[in-house]
Amino acid sequence: MSSSQNLVKELTCVRCPLGCKVKIEYTEELEVLNVSGNKCPRGREYAIQEISDPHRILVTSVKVKKGKYLLASVKTTDAIPLRLFDEAMKIIEKLEIEAPVKRGDIIIKNFLETGTDLIVTRSVERL
Amino acid sequence: MKYKTDVVVIGGGAAGMAAAYRAKKEGVDVILLERDEDTGGVLNQCIHNGFGLQYFRKDLTGPEFKEYAKERLEDIEILFGTYVLEVRKDRTIVFVDKRGIHEIETKALVMATGARERHFNSLPVPGKRITGVFTAGLAQRFINLENLKPGSKAVILGSGDIGLIMARRLTLEGIKVEAVLEIMPYPGGLERNVQQCLKDFDIPLYLSHTVTAIEGDRRLEKVIAAQVDYKWDPIPGTEKEFEVDTLITSVGLIPQTKPVDFVETDPGFLVSNTNQTSEDWIFAAGNCTVIFDLVDYVAKEGEKAGKYAALYARGEYKKGKKVKVRKGDNIGIVHPVYIDPTQESTLYIRVSRVFDRASIKVLPLDVEVIEDEARPPEMIVVKLKPFDENIDEIEVMADELISKLG
Repeated sequence: MSSSQNLVKELTCVRCPLGCKVKIEYTEELEVLNVSGNKCPRGREYAIQEISDPHRILVTSVKVKKGKYLLASVKTTDAIPLRLFDEAMKIIEKLEIEAPVKRGDIIIKNFLETGTDLIVTRSVERL
Repeated sequence: MKYKTDVVVIGGGAAGMAAAYRAKKEGVDVILLERDEDTGGVLNQCIHNGFGLQYFRKDLTGPEFKEYAKERLEDIEILFGTYVLEVRKDRTIVFVDKRGIHEIETKALVMATGARERHFNSLPVPGKRITGVFTAGLAQRFINLENLKPGSKAVILGSGDIGLIMARRLTLEGIKVEAVLEIMPYPGGLERNVQQCLKDFDIPLYLSHTVTAIEGDRRLEKVIAAQVDYKWDPIPGTEKEFEVDTLITSVGLIPQTKPVDFVETDPGFLVSNTNQTSEDWIFAAGNCTVIFDLVDYVAKEGEKAGKYAALYARGEYKKGKKVKVRKGDNIGIVHPVYIDPTQESTLYIRVSRVFDRASIKVLPLDVEVIEDEARPPEMIVVKLKPFDENIDEIEVMADELISKLG
């Protein structure tokens, strides 16, 4: 019976700059009872994911060889589990790509088996 | 060399790119002056996402936003590596580049010069001026563009968005962030950034705290912080010491209005809803007018400035009637400060204190918006339709909305 106590979490949705305050009520078994405060369906999705396994888009940069700039910024095409960030950064740290690269170029497909790709967000011309 | 054009835009950041694009679309000749070798301004180093949701309807990083905006500038003359020396009342712009000094004769001007970071040295903090103290924007530039690591252990002063974003960025790059200090009793940045930049990485945020001294011999060794009272005076006995080699400051932005010094400013350019300054032919948009929360707002304002500057250059928009916008109760900032009532307007408002539920009213117009958890760091946007030209002044005010059931 003790496990049936309902939990409540108040979150700030980070899916867009509106930053809705979303309130989620759930059980210890992660059964969702109620979601409120979200202005769009993405807020509901966010809250549900947040109580079990928070996901975020990872943004960082990688070294570029023979480029007009030293670095090209990169991001994951979709949010990946926050718990994978350390591992992801260790991989990205060792990467070196060669110019030219274009915005949208895929550097790693299915990054860490998350189903998302690591892509370039800044085009870098070759020197 | 002597140039002649309809509209000159100074500054190729988000506001300037949007202004140049829109002015050109109105069918006039445009010259964009950019001091760097590329457009984009600060967008180039803001590699995080969250840009463009309103303007491009996509979740973009800064560099992506810049590339999308730049692709629309194909047939516009952009002069890179230029520095504007003088803007003359006779509508001549004087600039310098590698080739020498040049003049442009124009019909209208859009100032899109952005803002500068307030520096630690402008704060009354005792201690030597040692190395290891950086503004958040400079640290961002080092890490994101120049592949340089500013230090290994850091404290961040100020919880504005740039400070918060740098807390996450430093952490990802293996630099330990010991604390973020905020002098106000609430965070200075957007709530979503507090979540995804601090809470996600267990970085402590100390509200009502500031730096009281820095110590070190040549390089920073220690930051001393204390809690402050309501007058921002440090409370004795609350001192905390942080042994760090880096202090990152995110203590505000100052609109950049130079070299134009003959129009009304406070401290940014004071403009109307058509982005016109006190000088008929000079328009201004973006962070050189007021510091905006979102680049999306900056780009929209830039487009508007470009449109009216083009209309002005063609003689289709003169000086509009100016209705003064007054700051009423609980309003910290309202932008713009004048309204031409024959045109639509967008008001950007910051409340001056925290509200559970705020009612924002525009008087005497019959306009009211309700905002849950209104805080000074989050701009509230209110659109106004054209209104009665006999109204001399409008006033924006905020009130706590108390539930009738409560």
